[in-house]
Amino acid sequence: MSAQMVLFAVLATLSVVTAILVVVHRNPVRSALSLVCNLIVLAVLYLTLSAQFVAAIQIIVYAGAIMVLFLFTVMLLNLGAPEALRETGRVQGVVGVALGLSFLAAILGAGTISAGLGPSAATEESLRTGGTAEAIGRHMFEPGLPWHFAFELTSVLLLVGIVGAVVLAKRRL
Amino acid sequence: MVIDQYVRIGPIGPIDIVPLIPYASMLAIIGFILISVVFVIWMERVVLALVQNRLGPNRVGPRGLLQSIADAIKLFFKEDTRPAGADRTCYYVAPALVMIPALAAGATLPFGTITVRTEAGPQPLPLIVGDVNVGILFILALASLQVYGTVLAGWSANNKYSLLGGLRAAAQAISYELAMSIAVVTAVLIAGSLQLTAIVDQQSGYIWGWLPNWTCFQFYGLGMVATLIYLVAMVAETNRAPFDMPEAESELVAGFHTEYSSMKFAIFFVGEYASMLVVSGVATALWFGGWHAPLPFLQFIPGWIWFVVKVMAIMLTFMWIRASLPRLRYDALMAIGWKRMIPLATVVLLAVAAVDAFNAPVIALATLAAIVAASFWLGWRAQRGTRSGSPHTVTAQGAGGAG
Repeated sequence: MSAQMVLFAVLATLSVVTAILVVVHRNPVRSALSLVCNLIVLAVLYLTLSAQFVAAIQIIVYAGAIMVLFLFTVMLLNLGAPEALRETGRVQGVVGVALGLSFLAAILGAGTISAGLGPSAATEESLRTGGTAEAIGRHMFEPGLPWHFAFELTSVLLLVGIVGAVVLAKRRL
Repeated sequence: MVIDQYVRIGPIGPIDIVPLIPYASMLAIIGFILISVVFVIWMERVVLALVQNRLGPNRVGPRGLLQSIADAIKLFFKEDTRPAGADRTCYYVAPALVMIPALAAGATLPFGTITVRTEAGPQPLPLIVGDVNVGILFILALASLQVYGTVLAGWSANNKYSLLGGLRAAAQAISYELAMSIAVVTAVLIAGSLQLTAIVDQQSGYIWGWLPNWTCFQFYGLGMVATLIYLVAMVAETNRAPFDMPEAESELVAGFHTEYSSMKFAIFFVGEYASMLVVSGVATALWFGGWHAPLPFLQFIPGWIWFVVKVMAIMLTFMWIRASLPRLRYDALMAIGWKRMIPLATVVLLAVAAVDAFNAPVIALATLAAIVAASFWLGWRAQRGTRSGSPHTVTAQGAGGAG
C-alpha cells in the first residue's frame, strides 16, 4: 500500500467517523464541533487531490464562518438540555435510514461508473497547476465557457437571501 | 546574506542546503514567535508603564527583562483547577485551539530572502516554510479557525461570564473578519497574486527614488485607507483593547478565560501574543513591503532584520492603542464593524478596481474626497446627536439589528 493510499484511508475513516458523530451526539455543541472536524478533514482530502484553492475556501467559508455562526446560535439559545431535543417520532428514523441507504447506493453507483472510465487524463503538470486560484479563475471567467451565467445567477440568489433576511429581521424598514 | 549551496560540517560531506531552507525557516518562525512572546510581554508592560507614568517591571533581571519568565514559573506552580460541570474535553482542548492556528499560520509567512551561490550563479530564495499558491487564504483560514478556542473556552467552563465572553468573541470575529477579508482582497488586487512571496516581491523598488513602493503607498492613497481598515480589523480579530469585549474585565470578570488557571491560562495568554505577532507579520507582508528596506540606502541590512523591525513596530502600535483608547461599548463595536468598516472597505476595493481598469487616478481622488466628506458629515451628525441630550451617539443608533 502506498503512502497516498494510507493517507486516503486515514482521512476517509476520519471523515466517516466524524460525520456519524454529528448525528449520534446528543449535545448540539458536540454535534457542531464534529461537523467542523468533518469539514476540515474534507479540506485535507481536497488538498490530497491538489485542489488547494478549494481546500482553503472550504475552511474559510464552512469551517470558519458558517460553523461559527451555527455554534453562536446554539450557544445563544443555550440548547444544552438533551431531553428537550430527543426525537420521539418513529417516522423520522425509518425515512432517515431509507434516505441514507439510497444515498449510499448513489455513491456506490457513481464510484462504479468512474472506475469503469479508466485512468484519468490528468498529467503531472495539470495536477500541479489545476488547483490554483489562477486556473480556477480562468476556467470560470474564460470567454466562451458557460460559467458566467451560473456565477451571476448564484450572486443574485445570495442577494435574494440577504434581502429576505433583512425583511424578516427588520419589522420596520 | 549570501551563503554557499554546499556546506561541509566536520566529517560530513557536502550537504545541499537549498532543500533544507524550509525546515530552517520552520524552526526560525516558531522560535521567533515563542521566544519573542517573552520579550513582547515585557515590552507591553514597559510601554503601558511609560504611558501611565509609573515604573513598570524593574525587579527581575536587568530592567525587569526576566519578569515574563518569573511569571511563567509562577503560573507553572499554580493549582490546575477544573470547574464542576465543565465539559471536560472542550475545556482541555480550547487552549490548544487558540495556540495551534497562531503557530501554523506562520508557515506561509515570508520573512526574508537568502542568496545562495549555486553553479548557475547567485540565486535569491525566499525564507518561507511553504510557498503555496494560496498563501494568504491559508492564513485567513487559520485565523478563522482560531475563534473556536475562545468560543469553546467560554462555553465549556460552565460559567455565565465565560459564556458571554465566548458569544461576544464569536460575533466579533465574524463581523471583523469580513472587513479584514475585503481589505486583504484589495491588497491581492493590487499585487495580482494570492502568493505572499509574490505580493512582497511586487512591493520592491521606490517611487521617485525614495518613497518605498509598498502597498500602503500605492493607488494614490487608497492603499493607505485599506491598510488602516486592515489594522483596525486586526486589533479586533486578536481581541485586543479597545476591542477586548470577550474579556472585558469591568463587566465579565475575565471573559472566556475566567475559569482557567495555571498553564492553561498561560497558553491563552501566550496564544494572544502569538496571534498578534502573526497578524503583524501578515500586515508587514501585505502592506508594509515585507522584507524590503524603507529607504534605498538602507538596503545593505538583511531582509529578515527589516521584517522583525516592522513586526515590532506594529506590535508597539498595538500597545500604544491599548494604552490610549477606552474600551468600546458592545453595540458601538458591532455598529462600527458592520456599518462603517465593511462599507468603507467595499468602496475602497471597488475604487481600486476602477482605477486599475480605467487607469484613471481621478477616481481615487474622488473616492478619497467622498470618504473624507462622509466622515465629516457623520461626525457632525454624531455631535449634534450628543448636544441635543440624547445618550446615544450615531454609532449606537439602530445597532440592535447588528448585535
